[in-house]
Amino acid sequence: MADNKFAAYVCSGCGLGDKLDIKTLEKIATKEGKMQVVKSHPFLCNAEGVQMINDDIANEAVTHVCIAACSRRSKTEAFHFPTVAMSRANLREGVLWVVAEGEAHDEVRQEMADDYVRMGCAELKKMKLPAGNPDKAQSKRVLVVGGGMSGMTAAFEAAEAGYETLLVEKQAQLGGWAAKLWKRAPFKAPYAEPQETGLAELAAKVSSHPLIKVHLNSSLAETGGAPGRFTVKIAQESGTVSEETVGSIVQATGFTTYDIAKLPELGGGQANVVDQAGLEAMAIAADGKAIKRADGKEIKSVTFLQCAGQRDESGTHLAYCSGHCCATSIKQAMYFKDANPDIDTVIVYQDLRVPGMGEDFYRSAQEKGVIFSKGKASGVAGSGDRTKVSFRDLILDEETSIDTDLVVLATGQVPSAGVELDAWVQASTEADGGSADAKQKVIEIQKHSVLNLTYRQGPDIPQFKYGFADSHFICFPYETRRTGIYAAGPVRRPMDMLQATEDATGAALKAIQAVENASLGRAAHPRSGDLSFPQVRLEGCTQCKRCTVECPFGAIDEDEKRFPVFNEQRCRRCGTCMGACPVRVISFENYSVDTVGSQIKAVDMPDEFSERPRILILACENDAYPALDMAGLSRTVYSAFVRIIPVRCLGSVNTIWITDALNSGFDGVMMMGCKKGDDYQCHFVKGSELAHYRMSKIGDTLSQLGLEPERVVTQEVAITDNQRVVTLINDYVAQIVDLGMSPMKGFN
Amino acid sequence: MTASIATSQAILVVGGGISGMTAALEAAECGKQVILAEKTPTLGGRTALLYRYFPKMCHPTCGMEINLRRLKGNRSVRVMTMTEVLAVSGRRGDYTVTLKISPRYVTENCTGCGDCAKAVDTEIDNPFEYGLAKTKAAYLPHAMAYPQRFVLDASIAGTAEGEKAKAACKYDAIDLEMKEETVEIKVGAVIWATGWKPYDAAKIQPYGYDRFANVITSLEFERLADPHGPTGGKILRPSDGKEAKNVAFIQCAGSRDENHLRHCSRICCMASLKQTQYVREAFGETGQSTVYYIDIRAIDRFEDFYQMVQKDATVSFVKSKVAKIVQDKDANPVLHGVDTEGYHRYATTHDLVVLAVGMEPEANGIKLPDDMLIDSSGFIEGCKGSAEDEGMFGAGAASSPLDVNRSVQSATAAALRAIKVIHQTARTEKV
Repeated sequence: MADNKFAAYVCSGCGLGDKLDIKTLEKIATKEGKMQVVKSHPFLCNAEGVQMINDDIANEAVTHVCIAACSRRSKTEAFHFPTVAMSRANLREGVLWVVAEGEAHDEVRQEMADDYVRMGCAELKKMKLPAGNPDKAQSKRVLVVGGGMSGMTAAFEAAEAGYETLLVEKQAQLGGWAAKLWKRAPFKAPYAEPQETGLAELAAKVSSHPLIKVHLNSSLAETGGAPGRFTVKIAQESGTVSEETVGSIVQATGFTTYDIAKLPELGGGQANVVDQAGLEAMAIAADGKAIKRADGKEIKSVTFLQCAGQRDESGTHLAYCSGHCCATSIKQAMYFKDANPDIDTVIVYQDLRVPGMGEDFYRSAQEKGVIFSKGKASGVAGSGDRTKVSFRDLILDEETSIDTDLVVLATGQVPSAGVELDAWVQASTEADGGSADAKQKVIEIQKHSVLNLTYRQGPDIPQFKYGFADSHFICFPYETRRTGIYAAGPVRRPMDMLQATEDATGAALKAIQAVENASLGRAAHPRSGDLSFPQVRLEGCTQCKRCTVECPFGAIDEDEKRFPVFNEQRCRRCGTCMGACPVRVISFENYSVDTVGSQIKAVDMPDEFSERPRILILACENDAYPALDMAGLSRTVYSAFVRIIPVRCLGSVNTIWITDALNSGFDGVMMMGCKKGDDYQCHFVKGSELAHYRMSKIGDTLSQLGLEPERVVTQEVAITDNQRVVTLINDYVAQIVDLGMSPMKGFN
Repeated sequence: MTASIATSQAILVVGGGISGMTAALEAAECGKQVILAEKTPTLGGRTALLYRYFPKMCHPTCGMEINLRRLKGNRSVRVMTMTEVLAVSGRRGDYTVTLKISPRYVTENCTGCGDCAKAVDTEIDNPFEYGLAKTKAAYLPHAMAYPQRFVLDASIAGTAEGEKAKAACKYDAIDLEMKEETVEIKVGAVIWATGWKPYDAAKIQPYGYDRFANVITSLEFERLADPHGPTGGKILRPSDGKEAKNVAFIQCAGSRDENHLRHCSRICCMASLKQTQYVREAFGETGQSTVYYIDIRAIDRFEDFYQMVQKDATVSFVKSKVAKIVQDKDANPVLHGVDTEGYHRYATTHDLVVLAVGMEPEANGIKLPDDMLIDSSGFIEGCKGSAEDEGMFGAGAASSPLDVNRSVQSATAAALRAIKVIHQTARTEKV
């Protein structure tokens, strides 16, 4: 392997040369930064400047490049040198644009720039160009779990795109709930009539597709591995188990309907009260002729009660709305109206929810004579042949009732997402402690598992509120916390058939992307394309399990001796494991305890009499760092006493950095991360929360050092906080000035 | 950026909003070559101009930052801004697309230093503030703009102001001779992610959007709440700059109405519920929001958010389609109508009215290729003919009135459909 050669390039453009002593920066890069090549350029990002760097890479065998110019978020097209390791010293957004103008500030401005050059060089010295995960996994097969509308669509779309697909379905035939429908709501204009479901055709296409292998009467007995190399045991009802290797997984395990028996107040259990699924069965039995009641009687009036056991604030039933049920009741009312316009059909609703083109479907029903009544049902009582539905008419603001032949309850979708992991973790922890009851409980819980993952963190993908296997992100709906496993359809959130079809198609794309990424050893979202991966020095590991417990993505398992087993392709490269490790044996080639630690130590520390405190800011690169950049863009001035280091996620912050900073004489440390809690905005789910937790424990360290607790603070920062970050910084600097300089200064 | 892509293996994505960026990135991260064409000078689309997203109240620019980082790290996407589609010919797997590139007058040399803006005096209505504010005629669209490169408004290109901008640029980044260009590219599939535009509120005559300063659209309200916006995030009403503490939200402004938009625009209920919380954020208990609605369509898991807002004492709901708005002597809008729950008439005065305007496809007015299938509202359904002929797809709000989450789903699905075309036609070629 060729020797490393380090180079620093200082830009004097954008006014940097007017306000900063570029020669000094060059000298620092040479003398202190130990860069072997140091050059400056009046316009580094133009073709000539970039050519200069490329020439040095080609002709001078430069392997490491420090760009001392603008923010790492700027000019990324120009500063793109994929064959070398690169650091960026942020002199423009981080110094020039945020330090007050005027000669009075020349000195602190220069000091800040000097430090950023020192830090950029120090970081670079510890960096390696990521070589990519050598353990590239090659299976490009997609596994789809669930053979309903969503699962079949995902399988078909993946296969049509050329990817071999396995489809596992628990039942003896494909189709799921959609197969139990007489018709579906329309997907396309004119949105006026119920449509054929198309289910049989889709099932036939799936069954006969050369790239799809269907396993009926089957479930997953075990799933292990990682994207590109999942090993799954497919168990047939008969007991046969076959083992397959797949690259990614789509979980389309759908829903069950909310049990009508739980709704006695709405007539659940009475003879002439059915749910929407029950009505579909009656329509299928009628096969286009008049729908008959269970007792064979002709139906002259039917009443639909929307939101049955849904939107319930009492906590008894479902709290959410299932989205599809308004359109489903409209469709079902049409079954009656289309057969006989004289049949009375009344839909009792609170808010009629038919978004988008559903509005035309609603209009069509009104034209067919379906009656819509805004009301809230209060009781359903059968007496002889007729059923009396009592409800509060919300328009007339009075109690009223209807006598009807049949009541249809629009009940909701309950996701079939598998095991709720918190319960599993609790039981397994107790079981580990030797409790026999808990061991039995684990077995019981595990019976409900869909995937039966062998992951240390549990057998299924984590669930969100109400048991949906949803992603939490608005912009990134497919991101589950288990890399390479994507939920699709109503298991993810309540949805109708059209949305489930779209969702499944999107999930198929993500599954394909996951196998392509895995085959190249690249990270998946949000650090897409990142070739770095966690490396561990096992000889230093104390088997403390913090990394395996805290990994937000369940990427790390444990071997029999409780050493961590990293599954690189499950890893999202956030560095939470690195932040968690008390003995600091986990690192990435270009991001490690050393790359950050050496920056902290590189800062030139003025003595305690200088009246120039130094504050370290560790800023999440996803939200806080851009906010700081944008403060620069709007030329908002903040204290020149801060030194900012971007981190992948606050979860990657190792407490050694804090002690290093305090030992080096920093007067305060501020961490800026994303919002935590239920509505967390952390792109790595738990990183920000973990950082807050870890920092809450740092008090002991501080008191051992004889330092005040205020010297380490953690803040939640949003990307729009470009003004607030400035206030946070200035207020904190003022607070530290009041507190006085760190007594640790001068010990180094 | 990469050299020009002239192969039918490439995918063209039209529109650089959240849907277009998503479709482009999802396809590119599967290893496909993508051309992303955006009409305006920056990616980001309408979501970049929103303050917060429902239901998490998080910031759209947060997701945009991630998408931009994906883009910066992926050399398979070629971004073309100020670019529009003039014509598409050919067939699935083999389209020829004619693109019109308008002059930006600023080259890749631009460092984003801002000296040109300092030098220029001319101001124009800021297109990224819905005209609520002015900007210099040499400007960066917004703080998250990508490419991070200034634009010279065409109005100063041939003037002394243009020369001033050029003279101020130390990096020779201003090219006043830049001309409109027309280029032809070959692609295998096209994703139309052309998004939506707010329905022209002035057409809803009784609401007086064009007559009353204090009747604004929901999109303008986003700008008022945004710290990056024209008021620095203060909710100040246009007529007199007074704090607007008593805000009315009128739902279905243009939607669910056969005289305007037939369809329900889906997002507006949640958007207004979200915006009531902007009022609370700004004024606490002294703020007051009233939502005039037909149905509150807080579909599926958004129900939680609706229930949370219902419990908020500063928010009230009136089931009513507002009949008309008049203005009192202090420029306060007065809403007239009938509360259909109990049938009583009201005439209620507010500081500010926010019209929850409907979503109209942006592509209404753009000439789409003849073989595209659009519905009665102008949303793209796909291609005419059988699935075997389909090589062009709608994505996001171009295909249906969708919220961001569903737009992203739709765009991801569209990426798969486009990839399918590329793979299938590649296989056909091999045979």
